[in-house]
Amino acid sequence: MQDSLQIVVDRVKNRFGDAVLSVVEFRDEITVRVKKEDWLELHRFLRDDSDTNFAMMIDETAADYPLRLERFDVITHLLSLDKRHRLRVKTAIGENDPIPSLVPLWKTANWLERETYDLFGIIFTGHPDLRRILMPENWEGYPLRKDYPVEGYDI
Amino acid sequence: MGLLEGKFESNVVTTTVDSLINWSHKASMWPLIMGTACCAIEMMAVGISRFDVLERWGMLYRFSPRQSDVMIVAGTVTKKMAPVVKTIYDQMSEPKWVIAVGSCAISGNIYNSYSTLQGVDRVVPVDVYVPGCPPNPEAISYGIMELQRIIMGDRHIRKNIPLIGLNTSQVPNTHDVLKPGHIKTPTAQDYAAHLDDGSDTKTLNAPLTVNRNGHKDGK
Repeated sequence: MQDSLQIVVDRVKNRFGDAVLSVVEFRDEITVRVKKEDWLELHRFLRDDSDTNFAMMIDETAADYPLRLERFDVITHLLSLDKRHRLRVKTAIGENDPIPSLVPLWKTANWLERETYDLFGIIFTGHPDLRRILMPENWEGYPLRKDYPVEGYDI
Repeated sequence: MGLLEGKFESNVVTTTVDSLINWSHKASMWPLIMGTACCAIEMMAVGISRFDVLERWGMLYRFSPRQSDVMIVAGTVTKKMAPVVKTIYDQMSEPKWVIAVGSCAISGNIYNSYSTLQGVDRVVPVDVYVPGCPPNPEAISYGIMELQRIIMGDRHIRKNIPLIGLNTSQVPNTHDVLKPGHIKTPTAQDYAAHLDDGSDTKTLNAPLTVNRNGHKDGK
């Protein structure tokens, strides 16, 4: 693990304690899984702290595990331009659970969360403009959910 | 042209109104670019100087539906794009035609997906289908020739009267036109020409082929 990233993991563990459920290293990539209650505060800490310093959000997306009780993973990919390290953060939410929007922290989260809402149907609370972005505005259903038919519905 | 023939000076041409209208339609088809995916690259190649199909046929790419006669739908049409295609088709003035270029525009191709329209003919009427993934520029130009053949069959005067007893053989059939890579089927005349040449060996020539420049390879 990168030295600076080891510091990040230690800082996050000290700051958030039990909210950090797991830290996984796989092929030099660090994935931190956290509780959804600390989603916004954790990202604010990762952005503002001088040791973590994640100034740039690379991606925000979701994954669907339909057999799980909390079926969705919301995932962010972060990059520190100064420290040159990257981090992946995950949290699990249920089908009808809202999750705080990260638009106040990174402007790019606006469209990324719109896309996640469009394709998974995840509600981001506090998002300024939560509309569909890829699919037609009158579209019904969320196509990237596993229970959505691949062929869709005929028009 | 029957009784009228030879009655006028040599610079006067007698023809039918339908032929004149159809000829002017087919010789000035201005295509509307509806390049929705990668087939649009091949559609552009049709217009550039290597193939130079469009200008020879009086065609000029237009970006306004008001100025266009034929819409070339080249590429995958998504369900989000489908209302746009329909709206732009409606904005074109009559007469208007549609060429569907590529497997995606014809049937959706492999994209049997929630977001892909399974053929542009679900939203607009298509006159000519050009298959391929993508079709090469020769194929697209052949599709344009097919559309010209269809246009020459249009009727404007007395178009509600059924077409009985009229000579329709004047409509050229593009299947008989030599095109690049086309192998012409030998006709009885071709055989006869070789039987009468006086040589001992009565071998038949190879089928007539046309190379890429349109010149005949006389072998």
